[in-house]
Amino acid sequence: MDFQLSDDQRALRDGFRDLLAGRFGREALREAVDRGSLDRGLWKELGDAGLFGLCLPEADGGVGLGLPEAVLVFEEAGRALLPGPLVATHLAAGVVKGADTGESVVTAVDGEVVEWLAESDHVRGDASAAREIRSVDPLTPLHRVAHAQEMPDAAVLLTAALQLGSAGRTTEMAVQYAKTREQFGQPIGAFQAVKHLCAQMLVRTELARAAVYAAAVTGEGLEAAGAKLLADDAAVRNARDCLQVYGGMGFTWEADVHLHLKRAWVRAGRGPTAAQVEDRFAAALRGPL
Amino acid sequence: MDLTYTEEEEDFRLRLRAWLARTLPTLPPKPDPLDWPARRTYDLGWQRRLYDAGYGEVHWGSTPTQHLIYLEETEKAGAPYVGANFVGLLHAGPTIAAEGTAAQRERWLPPVVRGEEAWCQGFSEPDAGSDLASLRTKAVRDGDHYVVTGSKIWTSHAEVADWCELLVRTDPTAPKHRGITWLAMPMDTPGITVRPLRTLAGSAEFAEMFLDEVRIPVANRVGEENDGWRVTMVTLSYERGTAFVGEVVQCRRTLGQLADAARENGRWDDDALRRRLGRLSAEFGALWRLTQWNVSEAQRSGGVPGIGGSVFKLRYSHARQELYETAAEVLGPDSLDLDREWTADRLSSLSYTIAAGTSQIQQNIVAERILGLPKGR
Ligand SMILES: Cc1cc2nc3c(=O)[nH]c(=O)nc-3n(C[C@H](O)[C@H](O)[C@H](O)COP(=O)(O)OP(=O)(O)OC[C@H]3O[C@@H](n4cnc5c(N)ncnc54)[C@H](O)[C@@H]3O)c2cc1C
Repeated sequence: MDFQLSDDQRALRDGFRDLLAGRFGREALREAVDRGSLDRGLWKELGDAGLFGLCLPEADGGVGLGLPEAVLVFEEAGRALLPGPLVATHLAAGVVKGADTGESVVTAVDGEVVEWLAESDHVRGDASAAREIRSVDPLTPLHRVAHAQEMPDAAVLLTAALQLGSAGRTTEMAVQYAKTREQFGQPIGAFQAVKHLCAQMLVRTELARAAVYAAAVTGEGLEAAGAKLLADDAAVRNARDCLQVYGGMGFTWEADVHLHLKRAWVRAGRGPTAAQVEDRFAAALRGPL
Repeated sequence: MDLTYTEEEEDFRLRLRAWLARTLPTLPPKPDPLDWPARRTYDLGWQRRLYDAGYGEVHWGSTPTQHLIYLEETEKAGAPYVGANFVGLLHAGPTIAAEGTAAQRERWLPPVVRGEEAWCQGFSEPDAGSDLASLRTKAVRDGDHYVVTGSKIWTSHAEVADWCELLVRTDPTAPKHRGITWLAMPMDTPGITVRPLRTLAGSAEFAEMFLDEVRIPVANRVGEENDGWRVTMVTLSYERGTAFVGEVVQCRRTLGQLADAARENGRWDDDALRRRLGRLSAEFGALWRLTQWNVSEAQRSGGVPGIGGSVFKLRYSHARQELYETAAEVLGPDSLDLDREWTADRLSSLSYTIAAGTSQIQQNIVAERILGLPKGR
């Protein structure tokens, strides 16, 4: 057992982090917020970099990697707040033409809300009765549907990976801010109340990380659902705590904190609900192991 | 990232499992958990059985992964808990294995693995709990001996221990972290008085220790004089890093038993309660994965568990308390019966957020040492 990243996995993760920092850094993010539509050029570049074809066999023109690698890359996408129906397009690689290369944008009806419906080239599932709603997340247009299909396990897991990335990023943002913002003549991070908020953010992130990575390795559906339960918790609560650490600044449109929180809400609202996952875990509980 | 075990490791697991299945039915009945002298005999006897079967040194003689498998399998099988051997096997022993000289390892480790000697931990003092480095028990050099005077508190199992991992101040003029030394103290040395303290669970599980000119050979010093804080960090990394591994498995067992109990007594239909059990199950599953992550990291970095132990302990200690609060809900009025299973566990779980460093202190450690936030005053 060596439950740590391999050198290749580390290199893959770092490569995507660098790519996203260069191509979708702070300025691009804020531009995207102002624009509100999907950047097709970027989508194609992500396709070229292998984001969508990562798990497609090499024989079919993909990268031929597995779920653990996909999870690492989606974590980076979550950190960067990359917009778009990333999970649905990734899972459509090899099924929908042009999905793997980033030439198509694919969304799926696999929750009571559907992302990016109007801008997608292809919709998986029945969206006939979909009604547009004014989305809480400025970077995720949403439609409401009456009857949702179940979200596939892989989509649950990749959504959890996005949440994990966001949880890690808001932890970093809070820590960075706490080191520089001074009040009462010292950095606010020297105050225990702030320190303990930050420590709990890390604890939530690391627990979710272990769950997400393990679920990627085992590929088990129940474990994926558990990972999403913990990752939703980490992403939502960390964004809230980050906002608290930022103080008044955190309540502004200018700070990125709200973007993380709103996206975390959207992702937490898709896939199985917390109660459903808890019930599944409860049903699986039986006497001594 | 790989969660499969090697063939060798699986082999080890299967042999251990088979041995446990053969051996556990032949054990004498468990003693009263509050009777520590009886538990000492029982716990050390169990350790002897393990030693005779070739599993004595698994706590530090094998790889971290083998240790993990050992803890997992013994807990799953419901084998006796380390109990009176906790300190010797899970943190004093590993510290001596990592930091002791060849002669010290030869002197102290075999009796621990053979179940002949038990250890206790004399770190905390009445005025040095969370602020451990402010400890004042002093040691004055007199030829080949240190002469130690002071007092310790909360020393678990002191009454039944043969040795004590003791922290003393050898240089009162140095900054507080620099003047500390780590010693092994034989508990039968003249000048030691042990006064049991009763815990809220009713047992005399820990004690006060008064040390009056206790003469300890200089040869019993692990690490250099005044370098004891560094050695202590090794001890604490084991105490927080690996000591709870088996208990995660135990909690998962308990969850299954609670589900059965709730199905039997009708509480299962309470949606909120059932889902709380489900969430705890997901959470203990993740805590187990985090354990595997930390063990793999230790294995890669040469054995000593890293600071991730504090992250683990923070969540684990609270989750375990939530587990027994939920157990009380499942049991209803029976949870007020001291003879019922889980009532004693509920009581003892109250200590998890205090012992081995309080949650507040762990949060400071995580914030300062992992996240790099400025040190507070
Ligand atoms: C069951 C049990 C077994 C134990 N066994 C042993 C043993 O075998 N050997 C041994 O040496 N010790 C042992 N201990 C002692 C244990 O390590 C201490 O109790 C613990 O470190 C806390 O110290 P304290 O009790 O003096 O509390 P204090 O340090 O007085 O703390 C009291 C409260 O103040 C908070 N606090 C203190 N400092 C800070 C700070 N800087 N920031 C924020 N909050 C703070 C604490 O979190 C706590 O809530 C045991 C304790 C228990 C409960």
